[in-house]
Amino acid sequence: MANDTQLALWEVFIQSKSGGHHVHAGSVHASDYKMALQNARDVYTRRNEGSSIWVAPSSCFSASGPEEAEMFFDPAEDKLYRHPTFYTMPEGAKQI
Amino acid sequence: MTLQEALFNYLLRLGDNALIQGHRLSEWCSKAPVLEEDLALTNMALDQIGAAQAFLKYAGAIENKGRSEDDLAYKRAERQFFNNLMTELPIGDFSFTIAKQLLLSSFEFFLFRGLSQSKDQTIANIAAKTLKEVHYHLAHSRDWCFRLGKGTEVSHEKLQNSVNALWMYTDELFEMGEADEVLMEAGIVFSLKEIKPKWLELVSGILDDANIALPNVDYMQTGSRKGIHTEHLGHLLSEMQFLQRAYPDASW
Repeated sequence: MANDTQLALWEVFIQSKSGGHHVHAGSVHASDYKMALQNARDVYTRRNEGSSIWVAPSSCFSASGPEEAEMFFDPAEDKLYRHPTFYTMPEGAKQI
Repeated sequence: MTLQEALFNYLLRLGDNALIQGHRLSEWCSKAPVLEEDLALTNMALDQIGAAQAFLKYAGAIENKGRSEDDLAYKRAERQFFNNLMTELPIGDFSFTIAKQLLLSSFEFFLFRGLSQSKDQTIANIAAKTLKEVHYHLAHSRDWCFRLGKGTEVSHEKLQNSVNALWMYTDELFEMGEADEVLMEAGIVFSLKEIKPKWLELVSGILDDANIALPNVDYMQTGSRKGIHTEHLGHLLSEMQFLQRAYPDASW
């Protein structure tokens, strides 16, 4: 892979509606947090997707790798009882 | 000059400034230094073209001769345009575009803040909407001035040269004529002389923070209020209006 000659990488999280979650939208290059916010605004909220933006330097993130996947996630496979599917939904409730 | 004539002329000034500056910004499409900036500049181009559409549409309605915003944008000749000379200057390098945007957006900040209080409700509404966009254009160009001005020796020199080259086009932004007088009397517009010192204070503060010296220029360009332009507008129009000139009333 060619060396990245652009500015530092930032991860972008967009909240679509006030009160909702910030969801990872992608990344932008920027030299500082202001530029990162402005670039994120220009790249990811052009079609009215956003009401708030978070940015953080990509270097601040740690990610689990495929080699950890078995250890991390497989043990949860047979623990169906952790899903609250055995309750009956109260009448009128959309989610519990 | 009747109120109608004055309003038509003033709306062309607003619409043409937005249209020509929007067209210049659109020239960065696919050519900006980085992808993010490509989107930023073209987003701003679309803001400007949107404002142009609104002002020219209203201008057509005021003129009342059945001309649409498209007719006004694509079927007028150079001498019938009233955009400030600064807007039509070629985009130059990135520092030139940023310096130009700073000078224009800081002017538009005071202009549209004032016009959002206009007694003409249509102008007030368009100005209020445009002001939000201008806030962003101003923040974008201001932050870039800091980065370039305090960046490397080369970026500093480029920005300083761009500000120097543009300075003689700034006086013209505040020129007032008969249209201004007529509209001021009707409470539709305000005196541009009022905002000039505020503009200068804002711009010199930003440039100072960016380590850029305020240019010392005696000669100021003039002409656009009379429809007299630099040699660049004709070339711009020949490209912008090509389709309408070659295939009148083409549609898809």
